[in-house]
Amino acid sequence: MALPGKPLGEQNKLMTTILLIEQVLNGLQFGVMLFLTAAGLTLVFGVMGLINLAHGSLFMVGAFAAAAVAGATGSFILALAASLAAAAAAGALVEMLVIRRLYSRDHLDQVLATFALILIFSEGTRWLFGSFPLYLNIPTWLSGPVTLPGGIQYPLYRLTIIAIGLVIAGGLFLLISRTRLGIRIRAGESDREMIAALGVDISKLYTIVFALGAALAGLAGALVGAIQSVQVGMGEPVLILAFVVIVIGGIGLVKGALIGSILVGLTDTLGRILLPEVFKLFLDPSTATSIGASLATMSIYILMAAVLVVKPTGLFGAKA
Amino acid sequence: MTRETWINAALALGLLAVPLWAWVADEPFTITLATKVAILALAGVGLNIALGLGGLVSLGHAAFFGLGGYAMGILAAHAQNYTPLMEWPLVVEGTKSMPVIWLVAVIVSALTALLIGALSLRTSGVYFIMITLAFGQMLYYFAISWPAYGGEDGLSIYVRNGFPGLNTLDPIQFFAICYVLLILALAFSARLARSPFGLALNAARQSPQRVETVGISPYRLRLLAFVISGAITGLAGALFADLNRFVSPSMFSWQTSGEIMVFIILGGTARLFGPVAGAALFIFLEQALGGLSEYWHVHLGLLLLAVVLFARGGIIGTLAGQGARND
Amino acid sequence: MTEPVLSIRNITKMFGALAASDNVSLDLMPGEIHALIGPNGAGKSTLIQQISGGLTPDAGSVHFLGRDVTGLDTVARARLGLGRTFQISALAMEDTVLQNAMLGALGAKGRPFSILRPIMRDKGLRQVAEAALDRMGLSTHHNTVTGELSHGQRRQLEVAVALTLSPRAFLMDEPMAGLGTSGTHDLTAILSNLRHEAPILLVEHDMDAVFALADRISVLDYGRIIATGTVDEIRAHPDVRRAYLGEET
Repeated sequence: MALPGKPLGEQNKLMTTILLIEQVLNGLQFGVMLFLTAAGLTLVFGVMGLINLAHGSLFMVGAFAAAAVAGATGSFILALAASLAAAAAAGALVEMLVIRRLYSRDHLDQVLATFALILIFSEGTRWLFGSFPLYLNIPTWLSGPVTLPGGIQYPLYRLTIIAIGLVIAGGLFLLISRTRLGIRIRAGESDREMIAALGVDISKLYTIVFALGAALAGLAGALVGAIQSVQVGMGEPVLILAFVVIVIGGIGLVKGALIGSILVGLTDTLGRILLPEVFKLFLDPSTATSIGASLATMSIYILMAAVLVVKPTGLFGAKA
Repeated sequence: MTRETWINAALALGLLAVPLWAWVADEPFTITLATKVAILALAGVGLNIALGLGGLVSLGHAAFFGLGGYAMGILAAHAQNYTPLMEWPLVVEGTKSMPVIWLVAVIVSALTALLIGALSLRTSGVYFIMITLAFGQMLYYFAISWPAYGGEDGLSIYVRNGFPGLNTLDPIQFFAICYVLLILALAFSARLARSPFGLALNAARQSPQRVETVGISPYRLRLLAFVISGAITGLAGALFADLNRFVSPSMFSWQTSGEIMVFIILGGTARLFGPVAGAALFIFLEQALGGLSEYWHVHLGLLLLAVVLFARGGIIGTLAGQGARND
Repeated sequence: MTEPVLSIRNITKMFGALAASDNVSLDLMPGEIHALIGPNGAGKSTLIQQISGGLTPDAGSVHFLGRDVTGLDTVARARLGLGRTFQISALAMEDTVLQNAMLGALGAKGRPFSILRPIMRDKGLRQVAEAALDRMGLSTHHNTVTGELSHGQRRQLEVAVALTLSPRAFLMDEPMAGLGTSGTHDLTAILSNLRHEAPILLVEHDMDAVFALADRISVLDYGRIIATGTVDEIRAHPDVRRAYLGEET
């Protein structure tokens, strides 16, 4: 179809490079969003030894709170603040009412009780907001593309998500390595009895950690809610991806969650554009597109399987 | 007989009596509900082998339920369209025969369980839960994105598959098939629990170190349990698809995995008839509460929360008291 | 000269910069009870784990019945005839005493992947299990749930399960821990006879039991063996008195 000739070839090459860079940025944005969700999950596991399936519900709570506040006030900043506050409050409430009864239980009980919480959260939200998706608009001052060095046009909003995510990741590392709360979190990870002996109010610490994780997930929900739609059930697919992230990165580790998130984000996004191209090398285009797209949905799970074969405790996990 | 045996007998007879009554009273919908209970209970009996006996908290059993469903859907779709399943290297035709479909469902589920189990059993505890959940989700997305068999819309089968000598379109006869399979699976499961393998698997749940030091590999015990468990749940998936004459990716969804687990817990973990009691209660609640309120899942959630927090033995545990196997 | 049943040669295991086992060599001869003693943190557990197969040494080798088993895991070593008891009872607590013993018999002589016959009706395995329980004085407790046993009875069951394996060597990690005076006395008598069936590598804190039972004693300190010898030699050894016995008294 294309005419032979050098200029067009080079133009194609340039287009491909630009497309690739765009996709890498998309992957980063996806990864950063996953990190916000996975960080809380992995902290809660590391400190309290709890597997929380309802973490995705907190993601959803953040998104709905943001959509409701944005709808009422028109302010995106207020909407983000609301997502943090609502998810943190929901997290603290659930921790005090239900979750703290589960710390001493086995994983099966934790799974079931938090599964029950998903049902309650999802149906409760459906009852409050109805079954139709809500929309959260990107504010005008964050919409539209920006031109990156090299002439690449990229949506400002997505770039902002990457920046927010990286800032929060940095903040979380500082929090854990430098502050008194961080010291307590680390102590809690290694030895629960010791921090009790240090006179730290454990149940308060647990509530704070849980609410912190919830707030991050809620913020992620709000940020993503402006790209996708805000609806019941939006949290669980993200929750499961966050699990994949944690399995890859190693459980209980914020660093593992960050590297794992970025790996998963990039693998998924690049897999979706590259795999169909790879199959086009030896199959007809339409078959290649369909097989490539189907396999691309599996790419991150294959990555997870590969990590399990090489290092069952995750890339940064302690040796078994 | 112990109290639990009496309860089990009552459950088995009750599940038979309700559809027989409905047959006499000409209430086909009730027969369909009883069939659904039998099929879901069968899926639970499968999971209970991994979960109750082996202590393997698999949140990915929807994978096998869905594979069983798609085994039925794909074979029957090819048969109803008169297109072969594949032509090379040898011609494989679709089929409308239930026994063949069951065999394929069981084999496909077992092989997939072998693969997923071999990977995920390298870990334990929370990792195992997250990994099984993730592999289930992988198949879910794959089913959605694979266009050949309906993608997101699923596959419809116009006429229920056949069983030699029976009219499967008659609700009571199809119920009979499902009921017999359920009873067979329960008998198999009871036998398994008392077998050498059952003793070793149960010990591996309680003390893997002990099992290792008597020279038995806990990994292999668990892998075999996972394969058997997946195969039975796969069979249930094939029946479920035949009940609805429809398969869709939702059979693979994490909610399905969660619900199969919920049957077991509502009924009583590691109780032989736990899945039967749990599935019956689940369907009853769905009908009773679903009629009262659109949001019946809230009630289900609250009930489940109450059972987990306060009544850990489930229905059978509460009625029969603590058994030797219950902690 | 007789061959050692179990031979540990120059084992080293590092945890970071800490040598948990530092060039350890140790032999277990036929018919003997060889006691391994040392202060807490001396590396006894780490060494036991490397012998049983739970940990792989960084350097050195373990030979069992003349065969290099360094690369084999716990399951393979158990199948070769290494019978182990644990410091903290590792039993199936929800199962009955007889079921626990049957598990041992199953591992040693049965087919653990058989799903056909009920195991409790297997007469051959049952004989093995019941004989082991008889020897440990548990014959009246066949149907007791293990979790309901007293601490001392659990210790006896630990040894009984090891007996069902008809092992070629025993590896016992503090079998006397937490036993009262009479319990220790009974178990001492049992172990003393057991050495003629298979030699015992005994890790024990109870010095009276060690001095009563051991043919030889090795003393571990900071991951190194600082002395090996008879009871009298060890009692007299100056390094031992300083490193260990000095701490005890």
